Amino acid sequence: MSARRPLPRWADVALLPVLNLVLALIVSGIVIALIGQNPFDAIRIMTVGAFGNLEGIGFTLYFATDFIFAGLAVAVAAQGGLFNIGAEGQAYLAGLGAIAVGLALDHTSWLLVLPLAIIASGIIGGLWALIPGYLQAKRGSHVVITTIMFNFIASAIMVYLLNYVLKPKGVQEPSSANVVDAGKIPQLRTWFHQFGGAPLNMTIIFAVLAVIFVYVLVWRTKFGFALRTMGHNPAASLYAGISNSRTIMTVMFISGALAGMMAVNEVLGEQARVVIDFTSGFGFVGVAVALMGRNHPFGVALAAVLFGALYQGGIELQFEMPAITRDMIVVIQALVIMFTGAMEGLLRPGLENAFMVFGPKQKAEAAARETVSTEG
Amino acid sequence: MTQRSSGGAASEFAIELKKINKRFGPVWANRDIDLKVRRGTIHGIVGENGAGKSTLMSILYGFYNADSGEIFVNGQLAHITDSRHALQLGVGMVHQHFMLVDNFSILENVILGVEDNALLASSLSKARQELKRLADEYRLNVDPDAIVEDVSVGQQQRVEILKALYRGADTLILDEPTGVLTPEEADDLFRVLRVLREQGKTVILITHKLREIMAITDTVSVMRQGQMVATVPTSETSPDQLAELMVGRRVLLRVEKGPAHPGQTLLEVKNLVVADDLGVVRVKGVNFAVRAGEIVGIAGVAGNGQTELLESIAGMRDQRAGDVVLAGKVLSLKGDDGAHRARREGLGHVPEDRQREGLVTQFEEWENNVLGYQYDHAYGRGMLLDIAAARAQAIERMHKFDVRPANARLKTANFSGGNQQKIVVAREMEQNPKVLIVGQPTRGVDIGAIEFIHNQIIKMRDAGKAILLVSVELDEIRSLSDRILVMFDGNIVGEADPAVATEGELGLMMAGVHKEAAQ
Repeated sequence: MSARRPLPRWADVALLPVLNLVLALIVSGIVIALIGQNPFDAIRIMTVGAFGNLEGIGFTLYFATDFIFAGLAVAVAAQGGLFNIGAEGQAYLAGLGAIAVGLALDHTSWLLVLPLAIIASGIIGGLWALIPGYLQAKRGSHVVITTIMFNFIASAIMVYLLNYVLKPKGVQEPSSANVVDAGKIPQLRTWFHQFGGAPLNMTIIFAVLAVIFVYVLVWRTKFGFALRTMGHNPAASLYAGISNSRTIMTVMFISGALAGMMAVNEVLGEQARVVIDFTSGFGFVGVAVALMGRNHPFGVALAAVLFGALYQGGIELQFEMPAITRDMIVVIQALVIMFTGAMEGLLRPGLENAFMVFGPKQKAEAAARETVSTEG
Repeated sequence: MTQRSSGGAASEFAIELKKINKRFGPVWANRDIDLKVRRGTIHGIVGENGAGKSTLMSILYGFYNADSGEIFVNGQLAHITDSRHALQLGVGMVHQHFMLVDNFSILENVILGVEDNALLASSLSKARQELKRLADEYRLNVDPDAIVEDVSVGQQQRVEILKALYRGADTLILDEPTGVLTPEEADDLFRVLRVLREQGKTVILITHKLREIMAITDTVSVMRQGQMVATVPTSETSPDQLAELMVGRRVLLRVEKGPAHPGQTLLEVKNLVVADDLGVVRVKGVNFAVRAGEIVGIAGVAGNGQTELLESIAGMRDQRAGDVVLAGKVLSLKGDDGAHRARREGLGHVPEDRQREGLVTQFEEWENNVLGYQYDHAYGRGMLLDIAAARAQAIERMHKFDVRPANARLKTANFSGGNQQKIVVAREMEQNPKVLIVGQPTRGVDIGAIEFIHNQIIKMRDAGKAILLVSVELDEIRSLSDRILVMFDGNIVGEADPAVATEGELGLMMAGVHKEAAQ
């Protein structure tokens, strides 16, 4: 006898995120107006910058590649009720796998390098996430805490390695050696010059495959069944003979592996080497992407494109409107993350009430719950 | 009798509903409902799950607005907009699932939401006096400073009643109040309700336990399929007649079963010692056996180790010592997938709490039909789940066990309690286990479904299965079991033959008095 009924699915996965986005844009518009700029111009510049031409689209999708991997990493763990906030550190450390493959096979072909780099970075990212997974499963240390802490450890390890181990002789900057030949994952602009300077590269194929993989894993496999059972009701999974500890460790490995694959896009697709902080906080954006995408792989893909557009549009805005500084862009991005991620439930009660009043189908469903016919 | 409304001459009815209609799309949840609740009486409303009781009370309590019809409170026409408004009119509700803040004190819970001002201290001291007055007047003794999570379920329910009274309720609606109570706590509740009636309060009791209706109400109204089919003085009716009115056909309240023909021993529990999550030993070296073709019932007041015993046998809880032997094979229960190994050896388990353990309520029905047997080859031999096969099987079982609606894609939370329980029972029985352990098979389940589930359990017995039954409903234990074991404080304190043992004997054994002394 609850007062409210859940939203229909389309409203939950489409209408609500769009409303949240509109709300974020309205608040951003007010902030832009407050510093004396025209918010409508700003929105136009961002939209055109992100989708107006192939170069803009190329940048948008390049960012989206990172966000898909990070978002999937968060989403797949969330299906099991686990909150992996360590995608940043898992991706950062996984850069070692990408660069190792890139440097070792620099004389072969990218067709070989790309899949092997995905595997190597996936394994490193996965193992890095497996440690918090083990601690949660066997020792009860909460993954939220441990994955955050592991970001710092990963960062410290990478700074040490880049300064003392990976840095080639005679180089000032803390970075690894460059890959120069086949180790580079080809960017689409090498074939289609319309992409201009956009670093969109073949890694996106694996991002799309990862989306499909996560969908099949979660909703079509026995492991996915066990995972979702644990996520919804850990007591029921114990009852069902599902080993929660094994499920936790497995999904944390998969989650970390997905995060790790993000490194391939950055290290071999764009920078051609490992530099300090190449993940640029994108692992954390994955949390917002997963939230906005409702932890569903297709939702994550859409949300990732949106965030990609936001990043690319933000860069354009910075060029075109000098009054809007880099910090302002961060403010706008933060507003979108806040409204679509952290406060995604803000409009939910109001919307549910609206549906209770206006939705006949909702009423019928509510009645079906309350009134189950006892006669045939 | 104090009169709350300003209406001068008081109406003899505290609540009067006229021609209430509520439709959800094509479904009539309430159709032309008339109801008169006389002031100062206890009025029972019975009906199966889904008969429309909850919708009707939701309309009275302001959760829903009726499509048409009129509500009179104390003779005054009222347009109740929300629950706050209902409370202003003196209508209070005690929900089935308590709405308390567990880590607040009882006093804090009582004033929650009705604090006088921002400073808590003055509200609290005033509330303390008022609470003491209420407790004295209605003999509802509670310790105002006790933390809610530390007190018993019965005490928590008192807090809910006190909350409603503190907010000035003259009419109390209780929704399935005894579903969570032990027999003693239920008796205690009835005593409180009688005091409330003496003091002029009006009580509306929603339940589907006919015994309670007969024991405490003055008048009873029966609902079926959204309609009010009868309102009769309780003294002029009988449980059989009420059951027939509820279901619309003759219902057997007693279980009909032939004699048991026990065969070989299928389940053997040897010196089993089990601790709970906090490490407290709850099962203290228990021994018993269940043979093929017999039902062994474990009677006992809730919390005497039955839960831990069942969980341990089912592989959900590691034992400290002892063994569980199934058809001659010692079960390996260690680890968090012990339940999987127990099932593989032929153990079916209907858990005590279907919503907490037996089902994932957010899942679609067919997914719950798979739960527990997800690694079974019937649902795919490899890593992939054979969804088509699982759905087809779910539909088949829904028809066989009369689960309504027979829609395998419906979210499980949307089924009524009785149908949810049938989903669990169907899943565990259709796997054709050697041993079936059943906890609280009919808790929160309507009469039609109770009859069905009981008959299914008997059928399993007659098919040569060994059945272990745990229930806090002594009637259920007595009518289903072929042998009764009584559990008290982690031990089996005695065995009884249901054909000869009286309720009094069993009650004394449940209270820890030894069998010889009990006789």
